[in-house]
Amino acid sequence: MTKIRHAFENKKAFIAFITAGDPDLETTEKLIYEMADKGVDLLEIGIPFSDPIAEGPVIQEADLRALNSGTTTDKIFEMIERIRSDISIPLVFLTYCNSVFAYGTEKFTARCEQIGIDGLIIPDLPYEEMEEVSPFCEKHGIDLIELVAPTSQERVYKIAKASRGFLYIVSSLGVTGVRESINTDLSKIVEASRSVSDIPCAVGFGISTPEQAEEICRYADGVIIGSAIVRIIAEYGRDSVIPVGEYVRKIAEVCHK
Amino acid sequence: MSKGRYGIHGGQYIPETLMNAVNDLESAYEHYKNDPQFCRELEDLYREYAGRPSLLYYAEKMTKDLGGAKIYLKREDLNHTGSHKVNNALGQALLAKKMGKTRLIAETGAGQHGVATATVAALMGMECEIFMGKLDTERQALNVYRMELLGAKVHPVTSGTMTLKDAVNETFREWVSRIDDTHYVLGSVMGPHPFPMMVRDFQAVISKEIKSQILEKEGRLPDAVIACVGGGSNAIGAFYNFINDESVRLIGCEAAGLGVDRPENAATMTNGRLGIFHGMKSYFCQDDFGQIAPVYSISAGLDYPGIGPEHANLKDTGRAEYVPITDEEAVCAFEYLSRTEGIIPAIESSHAVAYALKLAPQMGKDQIIVINISGRGDKDVAAIARYRGVDIHD
Repeated sequence: MTKIRHAFENKKAFIAFITAGDPDLETTEKLIYEMADKGVDLLEIGIPFSDPIAEGPVIQEADLRALNSGTTTDKIFEMIERIRSDISIPLVFLTYCNSVFAYGTEKFTARCEQIGIDGLIIPDLPYEEMEEVSPFCEKHGIDLIELVAPTSQERVYKIAKASRGFLYIVSSLGVTGVRESINTDLSKIVEASRSVSDIPCAVGFGISTPEQAEEICRYADGVIIGSAIVRIIAEYGRDSVIPVGEYVRKIAEVCHK
Repeated sequence: MSKGRYGIHGGQYIPETLMNAVNDLESAYEHYKNDPQFCRELEDLYREYAGRPSLLYYAEKMTKDLGGAKIYLKREDLNHTGSHKVNNALGQALLAKKMGKTRLIAETGAGQHGVATATVAALMGMECEIFMGKLDTERQALNVYRMELLGAKVHPVTSGTMTLKDAVNETFREWVSRIDDTHYVLGSVMGPHPFPMMVRDFQAVISKEIKSQILEKEGRLPDAVIACVGGGSNAIGAFYNFINDESVRLIGCEAAGLGVDRPENAATMTNGRLGIFHGMKSYFCQDDFGQIAPVYSISAGLDYPGIGPEHANLKDTGRAEYVPITDEEAVCAFEYLSRTEGIIPAIESSHAVAYALKLAPQMGKDQIIVINISGRGDKDVAAIARYRGVDIHD
């Protein structure tokens, strides 16, 4: 069992997202310690990209702040390498194709293995293009986490079979960002996945409140929250460690109930 | 290897949410492109609405002035809406309508593709929303008003560099949010499969016409075809039916802005590296970590950090050549063609004219060059005046 699968054992997993380097890498480092301490089960660390087409305004602006503070792929690797032995929860990168490709896919995945990154989520790498990265992930023991969307229909079966670590279920149409309500019947997607695979199913996009998280935990194996956390970082900047800690503690409580 | 490959380039690097939409689009296109009724309707629209075939004009004064190869201009500027963009907009809108879509969205740089899309949306009674970089809405204010006149809603895009690449980002984001009733009319031979193939097929009418027109006028094929490249749709349209005619040089002119050695350029073939962005593998201007570069050109239509995958492959195989043209060279060519032939070309097309000014004198009088005048330059007059330091008050 991979370290990621372990995060879903005997409980619903709370998966949190932050952009590395927002507002700077020192703050990111503190946030990682704080979130692991306050009950986050798996941390998704975004590598900032100049043109994140799957992101709404909140994460777009976080990427911009991170790039403006001089964050690069190498500096993120160095920071993770420094702190990895203190952090026991699995860590995954959310990255766009070009960040991996420009670095060199072999070099990128080898470095991930070396610093203890457990998985990759690549929103612009659909099932048809997995081959671009998956052989390298397999070689270096990294889970390539695939996404399914409300529009996936019959594609859910083959994607669920191909995904490693967990299956990322996109809750609604559109880009990332906080939503008032989620209208898609996601339990159908979870059922479809479970009919072909025992891979854990986590739901993300648009979730912000403990009530929404509780609702999702009824049928899915985990909840992914990004924009709601990034919004707190946008508001408090370098002082966001305590308010982010308070927020994630509340969500973790609901998930672990 | 996935679908839609041109050598190592192309593919479908897009969010999962869009995969079924592009798959549906591909099957619809594969069906309708062989459907006699669809082909007849599109030909009718090209002839009766767009004014095709466009003229192939012998530029006699320019030929004599340069003293070398005989120069012909393919007059895509004479199409309805003033550029080649209408060829693709008509094709995609007709296809979208057959697919039951009621709403068209599109990105635009200079505004020509936005105007073409807004025009066909009006014609076909479809809703239309256009995404345009805020910077471009300012340098092409006239086109913004044209689109609004045509009933489209124009969204100024304020993210990133506020130019064409950001408009593409935003249109993808919009499409992900609303797929059921909406078709994304991508304006160039870029993005995920099937767009590069489909847009090329709709634009290939340009080289099909050039071929029969030049055979009729000269009884032989040209020695060179020259076109400007941003994403590359007018160039692939002008090249496509000559790709197997090895004697015809195919030359794409990209925007060098203030110079290929300066940061302010958009010369993807000269400075770009292989990358994956906007749904495709191709060449992109980017930094060491793959961040897409903030490119620059005086021409809003060529101000794009990538290039279509088929061009990337034509470069790899050596079948086509790509040359950089600076702002200054393009502006001089803009003025030259206006004075010499009484034809004001788009600043985009002026990049192709600029290269012909260098090439023609080196060629023999028995040789033939065709320059694709992809659009007309009325939209650029104010910007050129500004460039020359002339203050125009409307």
